[in-house]
Amino acid sequence: MSLSGKAAIVGIGATEFSKESGRSELQLSVEATRDALADAGLAPADVDGLTTFTMDTSSEIALARELGLGDLRFFSRINYGGGAACATIQQAAMAVATGVADVVVAYRGFNERSGQRFGQVQPWAAQQVNTNGIDNAWTYPLGLSTPAATVAMQARRYMHDYGVTSADFGAVAVADRRHAATNPAAFFYQKPITLEEHQASRTIADPLHLLDCCQESDGAVAIVVTSPERARDLPNPPVTIAAAAQGSAADQYVMTSYYRDEIGIPEMGVVAKDLWRQSGLTPADIDTAVLYDHFTPYVLMQLEELGFCGRGEAKDFVRDGAIELGGRLPVNTHGGQLGEAYLHGMNGIAEGVRQVRGTSVNQVAGAAHVLVTAGTGVPTSGLVLKVDR
Amino acid sequence: MSGPVRPVIGRDNAYFFEGTAKQELRIQSCNACGTLRHPPGPACLSCDAYDRGHVVARGEGTVYSFTVVHAPKLPGKELPLVVALLDLPEGVRMVAEVTGVPPDGEDGLRIGERLVVDWNVIDEELTLPIWRRP
Repeated sequence: MSLSGKAAIVGIGATEFSKESGRSELQLSVEATRDALADAGLAPADVDGLTTFTMDTSSEIALARELGLGDLRFFSRINYGGGAACATIQQAAMAVATGVADVVVAYRGFNERSGQRFGQVQPWAAQQVNTNGIDNAWTYPLGLSTPAATVAMQARRYMHDYGVTSADFGAVAVADRRHAATNPAAFFYQKPITLEEHQASRTIADPLHLLDCCQESDGAVAIVVTSPERARDLPNPPVTIAAAAQGSAADQYVMTSYYRDEIGIPEMGVVAKDLWRQSGLTPADIDTAVLYDHFTPYVLMQLEELGFCGRGEAKDFVRDGAIELGGRLPVNTHGGQLGEAYLHGMNGIAEGVRQVRGTSVNQVAGAAHVLVTAGTGVPTSGLVLKVDR
Repeated sequence: MSGPVRPVIGRDNAYFFEGTAKQELRIQSCNACGTLRHPPGPACLSCDAYDRGHVVARGEGTVYSFTVVHAPKLPGKELPLVVALLDLPEGVRMVAEVTGVPPDGEDGLRIGERLVVDWNVIDEELTLPIWRRP
């Protein structure tokens, strides 16, 4: 039994991506959902399921009220920050595949730049009276308390073990910004960077430079999922969910899985194994990928965990524009979260859908299989999307 | 509130901060089989026992990795701040704030370097370990 081919993405929607939206997080999610439903050729009355991140501040019922929805038969939330992104689509697909719901919208909306900035220290994360709070007792009081710093710790060891350099991380930033430069929806539209600019950008948490770090953004994204049968009657070419997987590995923490013998991201390996099993595909079948890029080192580590290259070989894989348009595996053709916007990975799913539809502003010719991943360093998730045949 | 972000202290980690208050670096040990563990937890991963105590570490560690935080500002800390991951001779790994080490240059911290524990007395209720070169 498999989830593969049992659900399809039929609509994508978003607000503009900005640094100050000027409206509530709930309103952003309402706008994105209406946009996604219009794209799908569906009405709010067709929706009977909603799913989002545990971190989202707009409840399913609040969104349902604003959209004038009637009966909801499915609502759920996924934990672990950006690791939830592709898992919301998995939730929607499972609900649709089992007949629990007919049309499910996955949404995420926030004022992550003008409101609560994830890049700053969030003392509440260390003061939660739960196991996450206890876990953070080993880091926050000692000054290890931002996402950049927690990743930097891992990046330094990765460099040490495999001879990786900051310039290798820079290849990811350059690719993202090149793609964003031709994407009018991107915050960094028409603003490419050079490797020299990456290297000269200020240090945030050594070895990470400013241009290794994603943006902080305001905005919302919504994705509509329904059955393949219903999808065929809708206006867009259906995008089949060929695989949808979650993953957590032994001795897992949130951003601080430091106590394993090797401090890699084996949780993405768990996701990868299931993506390939469900889809029946291999890395060689993937035409373009959207790899979660809150910090550039994790893009290299993901290429290895996903099987695009061997352990420690990503630094060679990304050389010479291999992950840019025209390269052997174009990555983050929307500009990623460094270039387009940081929407907790949901904007990457939308780009994956556009690539399969053939409507990306940076279209990879003939893209039939697209891989999308969610937040790294945390329990995470991934998708393989493919053309409906 | 000034000072660093304070830890949430509960039944599963109180022994550690009771130890730092006495300037002891404690590692959870299983009273049934003796297995050491950090970070701690209520169930022994070797024998499943719920019977746990602690040992006092020698207070030495070898740098497994580290970062130097330059931004953003951190509550109760001065930047740049060196934070390391240390492998302790007792066989556990621990996050460590490091003092007295230049943030970069020839004399900056290196993987494989040995550090020793010292104590950062925040106030009457909280003392944190802080590590330095021997």
